[in-house]
Amino acid sequence: MIKKFLILTLIFISFSSKFSYALVEIDITRGNLDPLPIAVSPLFVHKNNLKNKEFKEIGAKISEVIEGNFKRSGLFNPLSKESFVQEPEIAHLKPRFEDWKLIKAQALVTGKIELENEKLRVEFRLWDVVAAKEILALAFTTVPNNWRRVAHIISDKVYQRLTGEKGYFDTRIIYVSEAGPKNARIKKLAIMDQDGSNNKYLTLGNELVLTPRFSPTNQLVTYLSYFKNLPRVYLLDIETGIQEVVGDFPGMTFAPRFSPDGKKIIMSFAEGGNSDIYTMNLETRVVEKITDHPSIDTSPSYSPDGKYIAFNSDRSGLQQIYVMRSDGSNVKRVTFGNGLYGTPVWSPRGDLIAFTKVRKGRFYIGVMRTDGSGERLLTENFYQEAPSWSPNGRVLIFYRETKSNAKGEGFSAKLWSIDLTGYNEMQIETLTDASDPSWSSLLTK
Amino acid sequence: MTKSILLSVLFHIFMIFLTILTFPFMTKKPIDLPPILSVELIQISDLTNIPFAPKAREIIEKAKEEERLVSEQAPPSSKKKEKPDKIPLPNDEKKKKEIVKKKQNPEEIEPEIKQTSDFEKKELFDPNQIAALIDKAKEETAETTKKQKTLTQSSIKSSIISGLTLSEEDALKAQIFGCWSIPLGLPYNKNLLVRIKLKLKPDGTILKSEILDHARMNSPGQGFYKVLAESALRAIRLCQPLRVPPTGYEKWKEMQLNFDANDMLKG
Repeated sequence: MIKKFLILTLIFISFSSKFSYALVEIDITRGNLDPLPIAVSPLFVHKNNLKNKEFKEIGAKISEVIEGNFKRSGLFNPLSKESFVQEPEIAHLKPRFEDWKLIKAQALVTGKIELENEKLRVEFRLWDVVAAKEILALAFTTVPNNWRRVAHIISDKVYQRLTGEKGYFDTRIIYVSEAGPKNARIKKLAIMDQDGSNNKYLTLGNELVLTPRFSPTNQLVTYLSYFKNLPRVYLLDIETGIQEVVGDFPGMTFAPRFSPDGKKIIMSFAEGGNSDIYTMNLETRVVEKITDHPSIDTSPSYSPDGKYIAFNSDRSGLQQIYVMRSDGSNVKRVTFGNGLYGTPVWSPRGDLIAFTKVRKGRFYIGVMRTDGSGERLLTENFYQEAPSWSPNGRVLIFYRETKSNAKGEGFSAKLWSIDLTGYNEMQIETLTDASDPSWSSLLTK
Repeated sequence: MTKSILLSVLFHIFMIFLTILTFPFMTKKPIDLPPILSVELIQISDLTNIPFAPKAREIIEKAKEEERLVSEQAPPSSKKKEKPDKIPLPNDEKKKKEIVKKKQNPEEIEPEIKQTSDFEKKELFDPNQIAALIDKAKEETAETTKKQKTLTQSSIKSSIISGLTLSEEDALKAQIFGCWSIPLGLPYNKNLLVRIKLKLKPDGTILKSEILDHARMNSPGQGFYKVLAESALRAIRLCQPLRVPPTGYEKWKEMQLNFDANDMLKG
């Protein structure tokens, strides 16, 4: 009986398979790499606050700041507001997706602002226009003067929701502001938002300052300053303005950088024509020698997990990049290409090292894997160096100098940014000439 | 007796041993096999479904007509025959007239054709055979159309049994390539493949779409996957109705699209 049943089912299966079709499978391996078209509607102002003229403009300003961030990122294409059909108020409540589809928008940002007990309340929504649904909605309350910061936070949230990685808009950049003739430059420490606004000077310009670097908490800055013609590594608290010398070294210290936990400063100490890498614990003030070699070892940079250090050294005869364990053991040369390599900076993602390369008198900013493979040169110029990573590891900021003529005119130094694709290169506007930029981590984590 | 048997056995064993040793396979090296080449079998449509451009058709037909006219009214070889008669003689006028007449009457050209070389003869066009040629052409076209008809039937059969034909698949791919905005912020070192199963209406609009690895959407550290999956869904929605073949709904009413951004982002 069971045998018969089994045979029957087998026959049935063998017949039935003749009438079923194999699932059609299609591989889509190509697509459109153009920036995503996004519409950022002006944030509408609550009717109770329309009389307040200053406040009335904030809604439009916030949307402009968001648009600016998106445009600079190179990943989004903010659409012209002139093509918007729907009023901001209605769009925020329930957008007519067909209207937004018509102007080819794939995502839409709408929002509303109101003043509640002297506090600014900003509400925003992100809509997937094609799927016709809301995909993100958040509200923030802050003091009205803080509206720019809110715009950056909204940009970060939208960026993260649409790209899958954290944004980098709510960040600051510390740099060296330069003014005056090339042989007598006045250099001050300056800090600004990543889009160039809210510029502030941290030092007066009496002493020469170089290579400022943020601590992971963004509250402290370590930099090199010449005090009484002696270059030393300093530590500055941005909020209190208190400044101190790092360590009691008998000679010159330079190229400082924080460890990922913010507890140590790693730097170079030069004595008698030899420079080695040292760390100083900021809590215990204990100084530790990391490298011990008769060559020049400098520009140390920790990996994000704090286990490795990348640095450059001329121990092979030419300046090249090396990687070692954080205790100084297991030193390995990672660059073998033609030219000189310097200023290695470990990516916050941990997968890449950015560097400056000099070859045949030209300067390149490039990236490579941490073992030195996969070198990619992103940009080339007459003089450029000192790359610093955005907190999400997608963009590099660096400075570029232009050549001066025989009279010494025409010299300038400007900040530039480039993303990992190497295509989205742009200048960052600064009030004065600028060099040695360092990107902070995200202010809101 | 036993001794002789034993000797015989030993002798035989010795002989067998000798023959084994002299066998060719004992001495020859193993044959070197050529390296195995992997061949990918793809399905190619029996008929290329390139739409026939109406403009091109017009031009081709016009050209065909012109050819026909030229061959019927003024065979190129007959013109050549006039060359020897170019010396103006008083009696020529009549002859010329005759020739003109002869041109219009193909039967009368024959004697002049006889003067041509063997090579030219081959090139010559026999106006008498035009009708026959046309008939033959008709027969041929009839045959080819017959063949085509049988091919289309067989191709439909084959495409019903298996998946889409190559040209149908290409049309669909080309459409979706244009709609898919790949998120540029995706990590380079991750698996960037999203598989989406679709149920389609006969007109190519989407009845239902389902992400096959849905569990990955909300798993930690896979935030990029959600972004990638959403971009793929957006592409499908932007593209609909999909460019599906007009026939064989049963074979493509369910379809799986594998969106793979690895090649694009890793280069």
